[in-house]
Amino acid sequence: MKKNKSVLLSAPYILWMVIFTLIPLCVVLYYALTDVETGAFSVKNMENLVLYLPAFWRSILYSLVSALICLVIGYPVAYYMAHCSPTAQKFLYMLVMLPMCMSFLLRTLAWVGLLQDTGIINNFLDMLGLPRLSLIRTPGAVILGMVYNYLPYMILPLYSIIVKIDHRLIEAAEDLGCNGVQVFARVVLPLSMPGILSGITMVFVPAVSTFYISNKLGSTDIVLIGDIIERQFKQGDNANMGAALSLLLMILVFVCTGIMNRFGGDEEGGVPV
Amino acid sequence: MKKYICLLLTVLLLAGLCGCDTADDRVTINVYNWGQYISEGDDGCIDVIALFEERYPNIRVNYVTFDSNETMYTKMAGGGITVDVIIPSDYMVGRLIEENMLLELDYNNIPNAQYIDSRFRNTDYDPENKYSIPYTWGTVGIIYNSNYVDEEDVTGWELLWNEKYADKILMFDNSRDAFGIAQNLLGYSINSTDPEELKACAEKLAEQRPVVQQYIMDQVFDLMENEEAWIAPYYAGDYLTMAEENEALCFYLPEDQGFNLFIDAMCIPTCAENKEAAETFINFLCEPEIAGGNMDWVCYGTPLTAAKEFMDPEVVNDPVSYPSEETLDRGTGYISLPRSTTRLMEELFMQVRNGIPVHLP
Repeated sequence: MKKNKSVLLSAPYILWMVIFTLIPLCVVLYYALTDVETGAFSVKNMENLVLYLPAFWRSILYSLVSALICLVIGYPVAYYMAHCSPTAQKFLYMLVMLPMCMSFLLRTLAWVGLLQDTGIINNFLDMLGLPRLSLIRTPGAVILGMVYNYLPYMILPLYSIIVKIDHRLIEAAEDLGCNGVQVFARVVLPLSMPGILSGITMVFVPAVSTFYISNKLGSTDIVLIGDIIERQFKQGDNANMGAALSLLLMILVFVCTGIMNRFGGDEEGGVPV
Repeated sequence: MKKYICLLLTVLLLAGLCGCDTADDRVTINVYNWGQYISEGDDGCIDVIALFEERYPNIRVNYVTFDSNETMYTKMAGGGITVDVIIPSDYMVGRLIEENMLLELDYNNIPNAQYIDSRFRNTDYDPENKYSIPYTWGTVGIIYNSNYVDEEDVTGWELLWNEKYADKILMFDNSRDAFGIAQNLLGYSINSTDPEELKACAEKLAEQRPVVQQYIMDQVFDLMENEEAWIAPYYAGDYLTMAEENEALCFYLPEDQGFNLFIDAMCIPTCAENKEAAETFINFLCEPEIAGGNMDWVCYGTPLTAAKEFMDPEVVNDPVSYPSEETLDRGTGYISLPRSTTRLMEELFMQVRNGIPVHLP
């Protein structure tokens, strides 16, 4: 009886999933496997994917680097937040969330205004009599854009895990003669592993498929897979190739997160709680 | 208490949603046009849409913009939208006619069509003027910033490939205009259907990619005015708009190479719901006084000689807007290409943009 009720309650969401996730996925698959001209079954799109592999690797590389930088920047912030007074925690939490209240496109455009050759930073340097720098349209600018936009997705899961770490475990470690570094490396870090993994996933997944950041902050040679997919649909009038690319991207994301989760599972198993 | 406030706000929100349609019995027409392509009351110019709604209080205009013919086409071909008036370019009008996506115009509702100059009637893309009425015309040339670009480098389309100005060059983000430039540079016809010629153009465009700062359409205004970029191919009318903001900008039409001479025309697509209101709108835009006031801001060429007397004489006498007859003779119009050629061109352009090796599919 109770089981029936829970099925009934989850029905709306399951229905939603079927209509808006499962069926569209089938449509993507159908498009990927048909020819753009004739609509007949064809593996041509799949074969052509090989040509786009460099863009895939580039996207994965850029988003992994961004995720790692987010971790390096985000971990100390999350750690500090978790050890503040409850009022300060609330305030800091809000500060981290605040940029997310503004449109992602607008925030990226703001970086264009800052970084471009005639932008705020360069005009300021010029005013001081310093030489102008080429900041925009470099790999660094793209990674900066990704880190800036996705940093909150790293900090928040880290914070929510670190704040729950039982302080008595740290005290116990100290009592048993661990120094600060050892406490961190042997107790705090292993315990915050689930947060680190979900943070990396939360940054990596949107970054790998992003299409606006690289377009605005990157050069014409830094073409990421998200840009390509967007262009196939919007400009190229070739939804079939776009579908094939999306499919491959989805599989790659699944594989990447799968690897991370497995690695995470082992770690978690090794932590005695 | 909080709960009740929430409830009250929700109810108000829903009431607002219901209220929209009932309070308004006006007919709405959806107009789909290029960006920055109608006078909206800035810089002391007329506000075309406001004037229209004032004269025809029972028609409301919902104005939406696109940034290239291809984007517009993709959206229209995708279906599921209602658009009453579109203003695509010549070759796209031709393509839409071929694909039966346009409705025949009823000239009884567009008496002002009589003012259209004979030069702009019976065009290649719409020989019997059944489906379209010209809105503007113009040329595609090179806009450059004379503070940074040496005059001696300004010799023709090859300027857009000049490594000296790497990262300061902009390029069209639509296949037809980008290929048109490569074709003019290589001396091919801009209406070529030869796959080998198109491939050679794509290779030329791929060669250009490293020096291109960005592929753009309407962003050209900001980038050129602020001197973030120094060289860009674009439409002559838009050059005049930019030159008002930055006096260092110059316009150049290659002297011994071809260039594109285009016409943008008003049409009613098959997905229109209010054909008569759409025709009223087109008729309004052909009224000499309105067209003149509109072109004062848009700065493109008007196909209505009668409109010129209502325009700023400075614009009418500007050789960039209205080049001499012999200059115009060097220009060529795009015609609608076979579907397979358009598809190939888009495919090749995607290869250039996506940085994958150029190859014929």
